[in-house]
Amino acid sequence: MNRATLNLWVGIFVLLGFAAFLMLAFKVGNLNLGGGGGTYEVIAHFDNIGQLKERAPVRSAGVLVGRVRSVSFDMKHYNAEVHMAIDAHYHFPMDSSASVLTSGILGEQYVGLDAGGDDKMLKNGDEIKLAQGAMVLERLIGQFLFNKAQDSSNEKSSTGKGAQ
Amino acid sequence: MKGGIVRGLQSIGDGALKIVERIGAVVLFLGQILMHSGAILRRFPLVIREMYFAGVQSLIIILVSGLFVGMVLGLQGFETLQSYGSSESVGVLVALSLMRELGPVVSALLFASRAGSAMTAEIGLMKATEQLSAMEMMAVNPLARVVAPRFWAGVLSLPLLAALFGAMGIMGGFFVTVVMLGVDSGAFWSQMQAAVDFHHDVVNGMIKSLVFGVAVSAIATYEGYEAPPTAEGVSGATTRTVVSSSLAILALDLLLTAFMMKGWN
Repeated sequence: MNRATLNLWVGIFVLLGFAAFLMLAFKVGNLNLGGGGGTYEVIAHFDNIGQLKERAPVRSAGVLVGRVRSVSFDMKHYNAEVHMAIDAHYHFPMDSSASVLTSGILGEQYVGLDAGGDDKMLKNGDEIKLAQGAMVLERLIGQFLFNKAQDSSNEKSSTGKGAQ
Repeated sequence: MKGGIVRGLQSIGDGALKIVERIGAVVLFLGQILMHSGAILRRFPLVIREMYFAGVQSLIIILVSGLFVGMVLGLQGFETLQSYGSSESVGVLVALSLMRELGPVVSALLFASRAGSAMTAEIGLMKATEQLSAMEMMAVNPLARVVAPRFWAGVLSLPLLAALFGAMGIMGGFFVTVVMLGVDSGAFWSQMQAAVDFHHDVVNGMIKSLVFGVAVSAIATYEGYEAPPTAEGVSGATTRTVVSSSLAILALDLLLTAFMMKGWN
């Protein structure tokens, strides 16, 4: 095997390898160059965040507008403090509301943003005041059972009165 | 009876010490290779020549295995995910398994048995036929002339092979799930792109395969260079290369995965 063909084959090999790497980076992964454009951070306090994790999506009207940057426990208010990085080209009014939602029944949890009507827009470091935490299934079921029991006892007492 | 127990313990201790000694010897050998690698930059065609034997000739086995592994992942993932009604997520399963684990590990295992054993046999035979001693006679350092080019060719080839393995695997998974089983192609790609992170999955996979490349090439060249200069010696060294580099790959994979997972939380 002479040197020229050898070099040719190694050249093809290296190019194929880099092409595969670029495919993995762009087609499979989510690398987008230059499209970052920067983000600004907003904070929200939730009474319960459920299974919300770092890097969870922040959506408004179903569109991805940012990601959760960090989740921590606030020792002052005894609730969860969530920092979200919102893409710089999306602006939301000051009185927007945030809620922890679930995509599908068993899906991942995300933060949903609903725009308010204020003229002033959220800036870096602002806090979203209207924040609704995650729905906890056990509490919901507990509440449902409690209501059901109350209903049936009301019914019983009313039918009991009717019989008298 | 008592003597038997003592002798048994002694042999266990002896075996353990030998293993530690060999790990130490490989690490020292790696240091020596790095010290003699300066000459490589001046004679890079040597590395290209070895990349042909280590990289280009491993292409077929890597590409075909990648395709099959991706197809199997697609089939298995589809079977299981379908019972939860989320068969569109099969793309995520295929891509994450390939990027994080199977791509780097399986391609390194294949590389160790395809190219690593060849490296050991070649260097071992050069030693057995006294070519290495002849070089020393001519004041040519065999570490710089024979070992270092092969080492660097292995280190450079394996990440490229792992990337190709991953890409082929994803194409295999795409073919099986989208073309044959009818998963929606848009959902396949978009869910995959939403789940696979460039830094956490793709780059970490490449770091893994780079580390495996260093380990496999160091073990293969060490075994060849230290092989007893006989026919049995070379064949034993070739076997040891495959066994110990496979063990090294899997052990290093556990370590690296533990560190990388720690970085995620």
